[in-house]
Amino acid sequence: MGGTASQGNRRALGTGGRALMERAALGSLFDALRKREYRVIGPTVRDGAVVYDELDGPEALPAGWGDEQAPGRYRLFRREHDTLFGYTLSPQSWKRWLYPPVATVCRVDRSGRAPAFTGGGAPREKLAFLGVRACELQAIAVQDRILLEGTWADPQYAARRQSACLIAVNCTQSGGTCFCASVQSGPAATTGFDLALTELCDAQRHEFLIEVGTARGGELLAELAHRPADPETVARATSAVAETAARMGRTLEVDGLKDLLYRHLDHPRWDQVASRCLACANCTMVCPTCFCSTVEEVTDLTGTTAERVRKWDSCFTMAFSYIHGGSIRSSTRARYRQWLTHKLATWVDQFGTLGCVGCGRCISWCPVGIDVTEEVREIRESERCDPPATPGGS
Amino acid sequence: MRDLASLLADHPFFHDVPAPYVTVLAGCARNVAVQPAAYIFRTGEPANAFYVLREGRVGIELPPVGGSPRTIQTVSAGDVLGWSWLIPPHQWRFDARALTPVRAVVLDGECLRKKCEQDHDLGYELLRRFSQVIADRLESARLQLQDLYGGA
Amino acid sequence: MRAKTKTNGRGADPMRPDLFLIKRVRKETADTFTMELQPQPGSRVRPFRPGQFNMLDVIGVGEVPISISGDPASTVRVGHTTRAVGAVTNAMSRLGRGGLLGVRGPFGTGWPLDLAAGRDVVIVAGGIGLAPLRPAIYHVLAHRSRYGRVVLLYGTRTPSDILFRNELRLWGGRFDLDVQVTVDRGEGGWRGNVGVVTPLIRRAGFDPLQALAMVCGPEIMMRFAVQELQKRGVTNDRIYVSLERNMKCAIGLCGHCQFGPFFVCKDGPVFRVDRVEPWLAKREI
Repeated sequence: MGGTASQGNRRALGTGGRALMERAALGSLFDALRKREYRVIGPTVRDGAVVYDELDGPEALPAGWGDEQAPGRYRLFRREHDTLFGYTLSPQSWKRWLYPPVATVCRVDRSGRAPAFTGGGAPREKLAFLGVRACELQAIAVQDRILLEGTWADPQYAARRQSACLIAVNCTQSGGTCFCASVQSGPAATTGFDLALTELCDAQRHEFLIEVGTARGGELLAELAHRPADPETVARATSAVAETAARMGRTLEVDGLKDLLYRHLDHPRWDQVASRCLACANCTMVCPTCFCSTVEEVTDLTGTTAERVRKWDSCFTMAFSYIHGGSIRSSTRARYRQWLTHKLATWVDQFGTLGCVGCGRCISWCPVGIDVTEEVREIRESERCDPPATPGGS
Repeated sequence: MRDLASLLADHPFFHDVPAPYVTVLAGCARNVAVQPAAYIFRTGEPANAFYVLREGRVGIELPPVGGSPRTIQTVSAGDVLGWSWLIPPHQWRFDARALTPVRAVVLDGECLRKKCEQDHDLGYELLRRFSQVIADRLESARLQLQDLYGGA
Repeated sequence: MRAKTKTNGRGADPMRPDLFLIKRVRKETADTFTMELQPQPGSRVRPFRPGQFNMLDVIGVGEVPISISGDPASTVRVGHTTRAVGAVTNAMSRLGRGGLLGVRGPFGTGWPLDLAAGRDVVIVAGGIGLAPLRPAIYHVLAHRSRYGRVVLLYGTRTPSDILFRNELRLWGGRFDLDVQVTVDRGEGGWRGNVGVVTPLIRRAGFDPLQALAMVCGPEIMMRFAVQELQKRGVTNDRIYVSLERNMKCAIGLCGHCQFGPFFVCKDGPVFRVDRVEPWLAKREI
């Protein structure tokens, strides 16, 4: 049920609508986004990795590149075809763009009679993310819960988030450290996107099945050359994604996970992992949901202006939990335990969701290859052999 | 004027001591009143008394060396004062000085020691309570040493 | 996806301070001082609940959480008491009268003064811990008939470290308030109690079956105090503590003040003991 592609439909497809687009038409997607004043952020190869950065056009996409990930290992390799989204996951996530590592939250002007405080300013740019994985959509939703839906919202995050256009890409392969299926954050993108693409690339063809997620997405699609999606292609794409769920690199049993960790805050496994952990904080840097930050006061040399700057921080540092005279969590054991129990347990009590989206970045980018799924498994297994005397967590 | 046995029985230290023992102990007891600033006992003196405080506050002090005395701890109504009568060589290791008007029941140490030797059950009752007192004072002293409120 | 931004009734950006003038500084002890702050044009004193804190910003140096220690009934000035221990508080102590500070807040949970109505009230303070309890004492005394017996037990290092000395004397003179002070070390003719607060708790006149206790001080001291209250029969759902953790944002977004699942800046600093006891018992949480 092919037919000639129409050069832009009069009426935009509604939410849930599906269409097929040739790879060659991808340039017009960039044009449509630029016309709407978006900065297009997407994957590109740099320094031996696929990173998310500003893209000039589709030629910047990592055509033909795949990545191989394992505990403490990340390598690019050349694929058979020129698949544009054939890599699994970049080292860092879209968090870098929505919640930048350094941001001014308050300015002070001391040149007048009295100091005057002003806010950090609202970012004016509009960002379009091209290539958001399902787990990353979930991570953005998790961060929305914290940064938008609490008692106080972060105004800069809110501004960027509201104006951002999210173009998701479904996964038709799983990475070596992925476990999105375990935490139900993928591999299919189901919500939170303006458009979702599934890339179909083989010797015969190279095209994208596009699903519309919002009215904004539908309007974008209307400007691109596309044709109606035939049921066969839809079925093929859907099953490719579904099969990916069965081929996850890792699994994490989430049943009763919070209470499991609450029961085992003094488990010997924490000492074991602490003997390997370097407290380097890589995991918190690459994690798409980690949100901890610090605030520093900076002045210029003359002292006429000061800024309060928010910077990413990590619970792995000694300074993080410092109060008069010492750090509450001075041992690596305590800091590792804090990070993992926050991510998988206390986060649930705080925000009603798991903090982890199963992207596996922390496993790939840990220099010593600590695997969180293995750590949890060891604790769970030990309970099977040696059930705790008193059940129930806090 | 209440009798000594009932005064002792009402004191927290003797809570739940069987009545016959209280009567025996009362036999070694007498009432005493101390003026503020007066010494109750001094370091080095023979320790032959144990004080059951009913009113007022007593300072347990290190004897002054060229300055004012250092108060290590204070005890008040409801506490007991002095255990050196129990432990050889039965000599006071600190000074005890009334900081306010003090009323107490004082029990004769030698009389008590004899009675405990004769009746080990009585001895056990007393020692059980004294070990709690000593443990509490030790715990307090340890916390006081920590300088919890002070610097880093 | 349309993200929604919640406004919390403040309207303004919670990370942007208001400007206040240091109207008065009182040196309480060698290392502790109290500042009374007056709002500058465009700012105002926001009503606070006893137990809450403000984030005070020494412009160009840094910002720290400081307990509000003044009278909650005052709308003209807001009082804070702190020790000068680090770079920011030392800079603050050098500002003196006429200095300017940025103020954000009030933040956090307060003491359960409504729940304490009809009950005996036991206030146990250690060192600087008396500061966040002082507004609670003001409130209780201003509404004295609402409460049963009221006991204030205060322990500190030495007699020279006693905070709010004049007020303590005044309060001690009242017939409807039992004030007992103890020091770790006596000095210079001190004839009061010498020792820790736990014996004071043991002896104090209150009914443990209905009393409500509010405890604030160094964490070790609070632990012992809570144990002593429990021994007397005060149940965990009637004992409240005020915890302290490193804070940067005070609005639950920077993650620093986490204590198990709790953010001390918004779920605390005042916590009911039954809620936090399992976590208090753990090391390095």
